[in-house]
Amino acid sequence: MNGALLRSLTPGVLAVLVRRGADFAAAEDAVQDALVEAVRSWPADPPRDAKGWLVTVAWRKFLDARRADTARRRREDLVDQEPEPGPAPAADDTLQLYFLCAHPSLTPSSAVALTLRAVGGLTTRQIARAYLVPEATMAQRISRAKRTVSGVRLDRPGDVATVLRVLYLVFNEGYSGDIDLAAEAIRLTRQLAAVIDHPEVAGLLALMLLHHARRAARTAPDGSLVPLAEQDRTQWDTGAITEGVAILQAALARDRLGEFQAQAAIAALHADAPRAEETDWVQIVEWYDELAGLTGSPVVRLNRAVAVGEADGPRAGLAALAELDESLPRHAAVAAYLHERDGDLTAAARLYAEAAHKAPNLAERDYLTRQAARLNARR
Amino acid sequence: MAKYLLLKHYRGAPAPVNDVCMDQWTPEEISAHMKYMHDFAARLEKTGEFVDGQALAPEGTWVRYDGEGRPPVTDGPFAETKDLIAGWMVIDVDSYERAVELAGELSAAPGAGGKPIHEWLELRPFLSAQPTITE
Repeated sequence: MNGALLRSLTPGVLAVLVRRGADFAAAEDAVQDALVEAVRSWPADPPRDAKGWLVTVAWRKFLDARRADTARRRREDLVDQEPEPGPAPAADDTLQLYFLCAHPSLTPSSAVALTLRAVGGLTTRQIARAYLVPEATMAQRISRAKRTVSGVRLDRPGDVATVLRVLYLVFNEGYSGDIDLAAEAIRLTRQLAAVIDHPEVAGLLALMLLHHARRAARTAPDGSLVPLAEQDRTQWDTGAITEGVAILQAALARDRLGEFQAQAAIAALHADAPRAEETDWVQIVEWYDELAGLTGSPVVRLNRAVAVGEADGPRAGLAALAELDESLPRHAAVAAYLHERDGDLTAAARLYAEAAHKAPNLAERDYLTRQAARLNARR
Repeated sequence: MAKYLLLKHYRGAPAPVNDVCMDQWTPEEISAHMKYMHDFAARLEKTGEFVDGQALAPEGTWVRYDGEGRPPVTDGPFAETKDLIAGWMVIDVDSYERAVELAGELSAAPGAGGKPIHEWLELRPFLSAQPTITE
């Protein structure tokens, strides 16, 4: 029995049932029943059209469940009277499922869980492990999400930007245990890019590939962070970089710039430099200007201050930083770096220690503490 | 087997012997400290005595219910004066003596000058049902 095949077919089958008007939760139960049936009968009697087989069986299971439920008999009749749907391209179904899972009525964490479950075909246990929560907690979160979208009829296309945000959230969770969420996010975005022609979908896919390409070089064997400038560039995945750059260039050529394309462009410029000193910081600053215009995000302007510091010197970077609110995440870390480059080691050491205190994760905290210690030991 | 919670107190407990703020160490000393803790956890994983552990952010807040219809009382931004737990680890060991032995070992992680920091650890047993003898 080919588990990977079943997993790749599941979202499409689920999508067909939902499009035919099945309630989301009921559709999922029916698909699960069909999968069990497939595991039982396929080894002896493999179907010619695996997906068609699954759709037929799942739809029958769905109708059976409806019939068993006498209180819903009337609605069942209505469903029965509906004409069989005409042939529709499979692509639309999958896309609908993406929109449903990223519906604005869901909280981001629910949307992420539902997307991994329904579109990604992961088990509840796998998702729970990836997010380090008990399986029962994740099961609750997913069933609550299903209830939230159970009444939603998708008669007009949803918002692609919402779907992209959900996928980006998944990507940024990184990985733990047996499920690599970054790879999973890339797989899903690839699938999305195959069914929808949208420059920002391409932009996000390129961005993910370019970030992911550097993953092996980003941490030392002991788990500590390696900053971009010190990474061993021979460890970068050149295949992923080439693919990311090609996807990005095709997207940019369509002249409908969005924030993911701009972010990918910055990542591409970093990936393009054979050595850190050869990074084209001037162009990176220009892309940060675009990105700041598109998003208005203060975090973008914080990153821009770093780029300005590299392109025009630390004083210019500090001037750009002075315009920003000190309560921004990583503000102290950026200030520390620019002060160090400017030669003010006392201020830099104090700011590194302050940044370590506020660091959002252990790897970053250790890195910043080491930076403070390095400067304090030198004085 | 019995489970114990190790609470790593950085403040609120008596001052450790080798009490030097981490940013005053050398980078090598910090690395040695991290490696010690990492190796300790890795070894307990091998012996089957490690359950879980996490580092905690420095800021914590005390919260108290303050009556119907009123917002909960919090202790405000006065973090400097209060207890600080920097992290925790749960171990599952054969005996209390083994738990004390491991806590002592963790407390000896190297600090400034490569000498043990003598960090204070609080050792708290989990409540659990008495083992039932069936035969």
